[in-house]
Amino acid sequence: MYIIGERINGMFKNVRAAIEGRDKKVIQDLALSEVKGGADALDINVGPAKADPFEALCWLVDTVREVTDKTLAIDNPKWDLMEKVIPRVKGNGIINSCKADPEQLEKYLGLAVQNQVGIIALTIDQRGVPSDTETRVELGAQIGAMAQDAGLPMKQLFIDPVILPVNVAPKQPEHCMAALRQLAMLSDPAPHFVIGLSNVSQNCSNRHLINRTYLVMAMTAGLDAVIADPLDTELVNQAITTELLQEKMIYCDSYLDAHRMAK
Amino acid sequence: MNPSELSLGWKASVNEVAIGATAAEGGTRGKTVKIGGSQCIPWLSFEGAIGHRPAIAVEIWDCGGSTWPGLLQEAYGSAIADPVAWAKAAAALNPDLLCLRMMGTHPSMNDSSPAEAAATVRAILAAVDVPLIIWGCDVDEKDNVVLPKCSEAAKGQNCLMGSAKEKNYRTLVASCLADGHKLIAESPLDINIAKQVNILAHDVGYPLENIVIYPTTAALGYGSEYVFSIMERGRLAGLGGDKLLQQPALCDVGAQAWRAKEAVASEEALPGLGSPKDRGPLWETLTATNYLQAGADLIVLRHPDAVRKVQANIERLYQTAAAAV
Repeated sequence: MYIIGERINGMFKNVRAAIEGRDKKVIQDLALSEVKGGADALDINVGPAKADPFEALCWLVDTVREVTDKTLAIDNPKWDLMEKVIPRVKGNGIINSCKADPEQLEKYLGLAVQNQVGIIALTIDQRGVPSDTETRVELGAQIGAMAQDAGLPMKQLFIDPVILPVNVAPKQPEHCMAALRQLAMLSDPAPHFVIGLSNVSQNCSNRHLINRTYLVMAMTAGLDAVIADPLDTELVNQAITTELLQEKMIYCDSYLDAHRMAK
Repeated sequence: MNPSELSLGWKASVNEVAIGATAAEGGTRGKTVKIGGSQCIPWLSFEGAIGHRPAIAVEIWDCGGSTWPGLLQEAYGSAIADPVAWAKAAAALNPDLLCLRMMGTHPSMNDSSPAEAAATVRAILAAVDVPLIIWGCDVDEKDNVVLPKCSEAAKGQNCLMGSAKEKNYRTLVASCLADGHKLIAESPLDINIAKQVNILAHDVGYPLENIVIYPTTAALGYGSEYVFSIMERGRLAGLGGDKLLQQPALCDVGAQAWRAKEAVASEEALPGLGSPKDRGPLWETLTATNYLQAGADLIVLRHPDAVRKVQANIERLYQTAAAAV
């Protein structure tokens, strides 16, 4: 399971304060504990409006890069900002994210290819988040085809079928999984399939339990990457155990330690 | 189809492990033997480097050779009565290593003391300059007092010490760390435990790169196909990236092959199978040759004829694989 740690996000109060006060230690400690928890990549998000978001994002990227060589996923909706920041993570970054509208997608794919970074492409177009399985599959297939045309290696493509909170969109978890199954079957070579896991439990009680349960369900549908909280040890344990049960590793009594050690 | 199209494109390779320290490395061995390093399914050189030639160790005991089958006793003659003479006779076969089994320390053999065992190790190290495997008598309580003394006696010689097991590994790991030896991690025909012993040794500070795994060996006709599949599965996982299964593998062939009735029974007892004089060494040779295809990196043998035949088979496989690139 490819885990993109979600904790370096200006939405969190301590991170926002650290960004505002340019407190490197808080950010670096957080980055290292995410890596220790099992993150393969770290999401980098400056959060809501800043006076100079470019400068803040660059500071955040450089601060994290000082302590880890893990891949950094630049999380921002604005093209202008993305275009300027991505060269900073050339060869070891991920664009997070872009939508499936052909014009926009083409631009982002070009940026990814040029800088040899990965890209998370959402199955969203001008119509918004699909409310069914079919539109997700249609947009996912379109993303895959365009990525191939752009010359992006499939291992650099992360298709995100977009999960919504279960309390307001109760049919969406099933639609997402059905889309994952169909897309996984359609694509050869297969790209990665990712979701922003915490979305599923937004404003719900039992958030950890919902996240952990849905992660296992989605993995069985073909999910092989996730944006999630690697500090949730039980969540990571469940991901490792799911892979064990999918015969992606050989069992031993200490398989959890063995898996973490081998990262 | 070009064979390279069949390559599975492995991510990782088998660890390279060096055994034996020369004078330049602080020991007194005449050479250092390297095993492992393969980046492909055994001998499929179109997939990647085939690594080092599998090494051969000739087995000797600190005492108790008189309990060996007659054909083996004949092969070594009177030398078998004395560990130093036996070591010299075995070294004369030009093997890569000697495998010294401390069977004399076994409570039901001679029950020799740790000090006696250490003295034997010292005498053998002085008499021959081949790199050495030192292996206990397989009674945990006894091994835990004998092996630390043997390890000390061979300090700096970069021996391969055996064996660490799931329920008994701490003492030997500590000795190997203190005295600079490589470690045999043994598991009872169980891939899960093979992995587990490695992580246990790692957790008490032993480097995974210095481990040779012994996944248990069976003689031809006595479960060798089961061992083969366990070895093969481990090797595929290791090549696929599992760091806990990237260790070179040892096969203890001699001891097992000579337990088979086909290796030792007389012509009268097994009519139609030919003279045991040929049959015994052949049983050993074929058991070993089978494991060469499963990924054996180090093979322990007993009979001089088997040593020569397996050496020749290794050379033939090696040359053929090298020529195919």
